[in-house]
Amino acid sequence: MDFSTIRNLITRYCTGEESWVDSRTVYIGHKVPPPGTEAYIPQRFPDNRVVSSKYTFWNFIPKNLFEQFRRIANFYFLIIFLVQLIIDTPTSPMTSGLPLFFVITVTAIKQGYEDWIRHKADNAVNQCPVHVIQHGKVVRKQSQKLQVGDIVQVKEDETFPCDLILLSTSREDGTCFVTTASLDGESSHKTYYAVQDTKAFNTAEEVDTLHATIECEQPQPDLYKFVGRINIYLDRDEPIARPLGSENLLLRGATLKNTEYIHAVAIYTGMETKMALNYQSKSQKRSAVEKSMNAYLIVYLGILISKALINTVLKYVWQANPNRDEPWYNQKTETERQRHVLIRAFTDFLAFMVLFNYIIPVSMYVTVEMQKFLGSYFILWDDDMFDEELGEGPLVNTSDLNEELGQVEYVFTDKTGTLTENNMELRECCVDGNVYVPHAICNGQILPGAAGMDMIDSSPGVDGKEREELFFRALCLCHTVQVKEEETVDGIKRGIHQGKSTSFYISSSPDEVALVEGMKRLGFTYLRLKDSHMEILNREDEMERFELLEVLNFDSVRRRMSVIVKSSSGEYYLFCKGADSSIFPRVVSGKVEQVRARVEHNAVEGLRTLCVAYKKLTHEEYDQTCRLLNSAKLALQDRDKKLAEAYDVIEKDFILLGATAVEDRLQDKAADTIESLHKAGMKVWVLTGDKMETAAATCYASKLFHRNTQILELTTKRTEEQSLHDVLFDLSRTVLRQHGSMTRDIFSGLSGDYQDYGLIIDGATLSAVLKPTQDVTSNGGNYKEIFLEICRNCSAVLCCRMAPLQKAQIVKLIKASKEHPITLAIGDGANDVSMILEAHVGIGIMGKEGRQAARNSDYAITKFKHLKKMLLVHGHYYYIRIAELVQYFFYKNVCFIFPQFLYQFFCGFSQQPLYDTAYLTLYNISFTSLPILLYSLMEQHINMDILKRDPSLYRDIAKNSLLRWPTFIYWTLLGVFDAMVFFFGAFFLFDNTTFTSNGQMFGNWTFGTLVFTVLVFTVTLKLALDTHYWTWINHFVIWGSLLFYVIFSLLWGGIIWPFLNYQRMYYVFMQMLSSGPAWLSIILLIIVSLLPDVVKKVLCRALCPTTTERIQRMRADRIFERVETNIRDSLLDGIQNTTEA
Amino acid sequence: MMASSYSAKEEDGHHSGSAGLGGTAIRTRKPDNTAFKQQRLPAWQPILTAGTVLPAFFIIGLIFIPIGIGLFVTSNNIKEFEIDYTGTDMSSPCFNCSQSFSWNSTTPCRCVLFFSLDQPFESNVFMYYGLSNFYQNHRRYVKSRDDSQLNGDERSLKEPSKECEPYRTNENKPIAPCGAIANSMFNDTLDLFYIDPNGTQTQIPFIKKGIAWWTDKHVKFRNPSSSNPNLTAVFIDTAKPVNWRKPVYELDTDPENNGFINEDFIVWMRTAALPTFRKLYRIIQKKNNMTPTLPRGNYSLEVTYNYPVRSFEGRKRMILSTISWMGGKNPFLGIAYITVGSICFFLGVVLLFIHHKYGNRNNSSDIPN
Repeated sequence: MDFSTIRNLITRYCTGEESWVDSRTVYIGHKVPPPGTEAYIPQRFPDNRVVSSKYTFWNFIPKNLFEQFRRIANFYFLIIFLVQLIIDTPTSPMTSGLPLFFVITVTAIKQGYEDWIRHKADNAVNQCPVHVIQHGKVVRKQSQKLQVGDIVQVKEDETFPCDLILLSTSREDGTCFVTTASLDGESSHKTYYAVQDTKAFNTAEEVDTLHATIECEQPQPDLYKFVGRINIYLDRDEPIARPLGSENLLLRGATLKNTEYIHAVAIYTGMETKMALNYQSKSQKRSAVEKSMNAYLIVYLGILISKALINTVLKYVWQANPNRDEPWYNQKTETERQRHVLIRAFTDFLAFMVLFNYIIPVSMYVTVEMQKFLGSYFILWDDDMFDEELGEGPLVNTSDLNEELGQVEYVFTDKTGTLTENNMELRECCVDGNVYVPHAICNGQILPGAAGMDMIDSSPGVDGKEREELFFRALCLCHTVQVKEEETVDGIKRGIHQGKSTSFYISSSPDEVALVEGMKRLGFTYLRLKDSHMEILNREDEMERFELLEVLNFDSVRRRMSVIVKSSSGEYYLFCKGADSSIFPRVVSGKVEQVRARVEHNAVEGLRTLCVAYKKLTHEEYDQTCRLLNSAKLALQDRDKKLAEAYDVIEKDFILLGATAVEDRLQDKAADTIESLHKAGMKVWVLTGDKMETAAATCYASKLFHRNTQILELTTKRTEEQSLHDVLFDLSRTVLRQHGSMTRDIFSGLSGDYQDYGLIIDGATLSAVLKPTQDVTSNGGNYKEIFLEICRNCSAVLCCRMAPLQKAQIVKLIKASKEHPITLAIGDGANDVSMILEAHVGIGIMGKEGRQAARNSDYAITKFKHLKKMLLVHGHYYYIRIAELVQYFFYKNVCFIFPQFLYQFFCGFSQQPLYDTAYLTLYNISFTSLPILLYSLMEQHINMDILKRDPSLYRDIAKNSLLRWPTFIYWTLLGVFDAMVFFFGAFFLFDNTTFTSNGQMFGNWTFGTLVFTVLVFTVTLKLALDTHYWTWINHFVIWGSLLFYVIFSLLWGGIIWPFLNYQRMYYVFMQMLSSGPAWLSIILLIIVSLLPDVVKKVLCRALCPTTTERIQRMRADRIFERVETNIRDSLLDGIQNTTEA
Repeated sequence: MMASSYSAKEEDGHHSGSAGLGGTAIRTRKPDNTAFKQQRLPAWQPILTAGTVLPAFFIIGLIFIPIGIGLFVTSNNIKEFEIDYTGTDMSSPCFNCSQSFSWNSTTPCRCVLFFSLDQPFESNVFMYYGLSNFYQNHRRYVKSRDDSQLNGDERSLKEPSKECEPYRTNENKPIAPCGAIANSMFNDTLDLFYIDPNGTQTQIPFIKKGIAWWTDKHVKFRNPSSSNPNLTAVFIDTAKPVNWRKPVYELDTDPENNGFINEDFIVWMRTAALPTFRKLYRIIQKKNNMTPTLPRGNYSLEVTYNYPVRSFEGRKRMILSTISWMGGKNPFLGIAYITVGSICFFLGVVLLFIHHKYGNRNNSSDIPN
C-alpha cells in the first residue's frame, strides 16, 4: 500500500505529471473554473524559455569531452594515450596525446563557439518583450516568463512567442493571416480562425473578463495536427464547449500578417512548442564509403593486433636464452625482474600495440570530416546550379553523403513538381461532355459573354446552360484559395475587373489556383471570402454571394474535397471535386460515360484531371450533416478517423457535373536529365500519386519510356482479369526470355537491338504484391522476389496511384534487395518526405509545394535538371576523391609502420621505434596531411564538361568500384612493398659499413631518418603521380610539404633543444645529407618504390583501359596534336617570314 | 577561351550585385563566380601513359646504369681487411683470453694475431672494431643514457636521469656517465705492428682524433664546468660505471680528449642501427705520397682483451679499410643502381612495344560522346 503511494510520488516527481496525463487543461488568464465543474488535475508546465544550446558554462567540459569520446576513433586514441601513460612504452605519450589533444581542442572550440552563438540567440529570443494582458491591462513581459494560460497580445508582423489558441482578432470576422515561412518555408498567408464564441472579446479589458478553460492534447511535434476543446463559462450554467483544431492554433515561429493585433492564450510554452519539438535531428545516414572504410579499419585493427601478437610471441621465443634477454651490457632493473612473466608479456603486447598504433591514424577521421565539410561548399558555390528565378542555389543539409552522390543506382522521382513544373494551367473543362477551352492568349483578360471560350461541341441547350453555370460556380466555390489583396479594399473589384492583377490567388495547391484562374478567364471571378460569404462575380458582372458553411478539406487518402454553401436564395449545395476514381463511385446521375471518356482522353495527353460533382441538400439534411461533422470535430480521440467516417457518409449520391483538365508542363531539360541518368546506368523510377494514363504520358514526354519500350503492366485492371500470381509469372517469363536471348545475342555478336522494358504498377497492385500471403501452400511468398526480378530487368518503372507511405515502401524494398543498391529519392512535396528520408540520398526540390521536402532532404536543389550535375559531376568527383583519400591514408600508414615492424626483427623485439618521436607525431599531422586533403578537394580526373557530356563515365565508378577489396589489397600490398624497399634499402646501405667520406659511422637514428625521408618523399610523390589536376594550390601544397619536412628536420636537428631530455636527433639529418651515398640511395629507393605503381598504371591503361582512361587519353592526345599543329604553324610562319624577308 | 568567358560572367555578377543594392537578401545568396569556387582553376592535367612514361624510363636507365657502374667500380677499388679475434676457436691466439675472462682481474690479458696484407693500402686507412650479435639498438639499451649529463649539466651529473637505471647510482654515488650504453663501452686496446721482411716490428702510428662527429665532440658532449681544467675535481662526487676499469676522467691524458669528450666514448655512445656493426677506432694517416700507408706484407695485431662477448655469442673483429667519396666497401648501391637502371631500360623497351601495338588501337577506337 505504502509502496504504491511512494512509487506514485516518485513517478510524479521524476517523470513529471504530463507524461501520464494524456490531455492538459489550461485556465485562460489563470482563472480557476467555477466550482462544481470537473475536477482537473493541476499540472505544472514549463516556462517559455527556449533552450537550443547544448551546454552550460559548468557542464561544457565534462559533457563535451564525454560526447567526443563516445566516438569510437577518439576513444581508441584515448586508450592508446592512457596505455602510454601507464606502462613503459616505446614512444612518449606525446606522440598520440598531442594529436588527440589537438583534435579534441579544435572540436571543443568549434562546438563551444557554436553553442555560444546558440546561447546568444536563445537569450535574444527569451528576453524579447511580449505583451501580456493582466487585470485588463497590457503588460510587457520577457518572453521567457510567459506561462501557460497567459493571454498574449500580438501585433502585426510580430512573431508568436509560443503556441497560442486564437481568441480574437482585430478583424471582425475573427480571422487572422499568418505566414509560417520560418517553420515550413511556405510563404503564403494562411488564414487562422478565432473561436467563434470568443471573437467578440476584442479589447484587453474584454478579454480579461473571459472565463474559459481549454482542454487539449499533450504537445506533439506534428505541425498540422491539433485537437482540443474550449469550455466557455458565460454564466453559471453549463459551459459551452467548442472544438479547437489546427486552424485555431498559432504556432511559435510563425508571423502575424495583415492583421492589426490578436489576442490569444498560451497553451504550449518553451520546449513544448511544436517548433521546439521539431528540432529533433533526423536519423543519421551513413554512406557506402564510410561502411567500407569501417570494414578496412577492422581489417587494419586485425593486422595491428596480429602484428603485436606475433612480435610478442617471437620476443619471448627469442628471449628464452637468458643471455639474449639480459646480456651483461643491458641489465634489467630489479623491479622489472620481479614482475610476473604474464604481466610482462601483456605490457609487451600493449607496448607493441602502441608502437604500431599509427596504422590507424586519428588524422584520417579529421581529414575525412574536413574533406566532406569543405567539399560540400563546392555544391553550394556551384553557379550552374543557381536558380536565377528563385534566387537560390542548392542547399546542403548534410555533408556526410557527398560521395554517395557518385554511387546512385536507383533514382526514385516524384512526378508533379519534380519532373514537371508544377505550374498549372487550366486547359479545358468538360461539362456533360461539352468541352470548353479557355483562351490561352487572353491571359487574365475577361471578354464578356461566351466569346471567352471556344465551344467545341454543339452549343448546349437552356438546361445545359444552367448546368454549365453550376459547374463554373462549383469550381469558384469549392476550393481553399485565398485572395492576396492590395492595400485598398475598393481597388480590388476594379482591379480584377480591368484585368490588372492587383490581387492574386494563393493556395497550397497549385491545381486550385489554376482552376480558379481558369474560371476567371471563363467569366466567373472569385473575389474574396468575407464574413463567411464567398463572393463571385458572374458573367453579367453581378455579385453573387454564397455563405460558406462547411469545408471538408482535401486529404490524400480521400483524394477529394467538398464545400457546403448556402446560396442567396437559401438553397444548400454541396460541391465536391476530386480524382475521378474517388468521384465516379459516388455519382448517382449525370453524363458519366461522356465525362469518363473525356477524362481518360485527357489523362493520356498527360493532363491532370479532376471531376466535379454536386448535390443539393435540404435544410434537414444539412442539419444532420452539421451534427455529424461537429461530433466528429469535437472528439478528442481518433478525431481523424471519425472525421474520415463522417466525410464518407456525407460525400455520396452526387450528381456529376463535369471534369477539368489542368496541364502541368515538363520541367526544363527533364527529358535530357532522365536520358543522362539512364546512360549513366541508373534506373529511374517515377513514383506518383497521379493516375496511370497521366503519369505514363509524362513518362513518354520525359523520355523515361521510349517509343520502342515494351510496356509491362501490373495494374488492377490486369489483375482483375487474371490472378496476380499468373500476371507476375507471365511478366517474369517475358522478361527472362528476353534476358536469355540477350546473352545469346552478345555471344553471337548481335546485341544491336535489344528490347528494353518499362513497367507500370499501381498502388493497389503493389500492396498486393508486398502483402505477405496467407496461403502457405502456393509459392506466393516470393511474389516480392519475382517482382524484384522483373524490376531489375526493366530500364524504367512507373509507379502510379502511390500513397506517400507506399513511396517509402518501394524505396525500402529496393534498398533491401539482394544487391543492396544505393538509392536516391527526389521530390518536392510533403508527400515525398517519407521516401526522401528512407532513401540513401534524399534530395528535395525547393518548389511550389512548400519547403518540407527540402527541409527533410540531405541536399536540396531548385530544379530537377540540376540533378544531372549533382550526380554526374559532383557525385563523381566526390567519390573518386574520397576513395583515393581512404585508400591513400591506409597506404601511407602501412608504409609508415611496416618498417617499424621489420625493425623489431633486428633489435631483439624490444619495441625500439625506428623513427624519432617528432617524426612519429608529425607524420600524419603535418608532413603528409595537406597534400591528400587538397587532392581530395581539388582532384578532377576528367574535366567536368566531359563528365556532363558523357554520362556513361558514371558507370566506371558504380558499385563502389574504387573501394572494393582487390583495390584495397593492391594498395596495402603496395604499401608493404614500399615499406620493404625503404627498410631493406637502408638496411643494406648500413650493412656493416660506412657511407661517409670521413670514415665515421652512423647510428640507429640516422637509419630511421633515412627510412623516414624516403618514406615522406615516396608517399607524397605517389600522390603527385595520382593527381590529374595540378592547380597552383596542388603545386604549392605538395612541394611545400616536402620543403616543410626538410626545413623542419634541419631545424629539429640543428639545435640542442633545452626542454628535451634527449638529443638523439642532433645533427643527424644534416650528417645524413652530407653523405653522397645517402642522396643516391634516397633517390634510388624513391624510384624503386614508385616504379611498380607506375608500371601497373601504364600497363592497365595500355592493355585494358577503362572508359575514363580512354577519355583522358583522347583529351591528352588532342592537346598534344594542338600543340603540334601550333608548333608547325609557327614554324611555317617563321619560314614564310624568312622567305619574305 | 574558357577563362575569358568566365571573367565576363564575373563582371555580370558584379553588375547585378551593385544594381540590386538594397534589394532582396536573395540576391546576395548568389555565389561568387570565381574560378576556385566553380572548380575551374587553370590546371596542368598530366596523365601517365606508355607514351609519356617511356622517355622517363629510358632516361632513368641511361643515367642509373653509368652511376651504378661508377659506384660498383669505386666500391671494388676500396681495400678492406677484416680479422676476427674473438677467440672462440681453440687455435685462436685469443682463446685463452676469452676463456679466462673475469671482470675483476687486474692484469690485462693480451694476445697477438698475425696477418698479412696482399695488397698495399695506398690512401688513409681507417681502423674499425666490429661487434656482432650485440644489440646496441635494444630499446632498454638505447634509452639508457642521460644526454643532459653528457652535455655537461651539473644537476644531471649529481642526479642522473631515471632512464639510466639500473646503471644510475653505485654505492649511493651517481654514476658518470650513467646508463647501460656508457657502462658497456668497448675497452679492448688494439695495436698494429708492421713486420719487416727482416723481422723487426714497427708500430703503426694511429690518430685518435676525428673519429667522432664534429658536432658531437664540440656541441653535444661537454664536460661539466668546462672552465675547470681539473676533471678529477669535477667528477669528485661521482662513481665510475660499474664495468669500467678507469673513471671517466682517466680515459685519456690529453685534456681535449678526456672525460665526456673522449672520442672513443662519443663513438660508442652513438648507438648502432643493427646488431652487427662496426665503429671507427683509429685513423692511419698517409705519411707521404711515395710510400703506401700500409704496404704489402706481414702485420701483427696486439689485442688487450678486456671486452667479453662470449656470453652472448658475440664476435669481435678488427677491420682495416680505405675510404672513397662514397665511404667504405659496399657493392650494394652500385649493384642496385645497375639493376634498377637495367629494369627501367627493359621496361622502356616493353612499353615501347606496347605503345606501338596497343597505342594506335586505342586511338582509333572511337569513344561515344
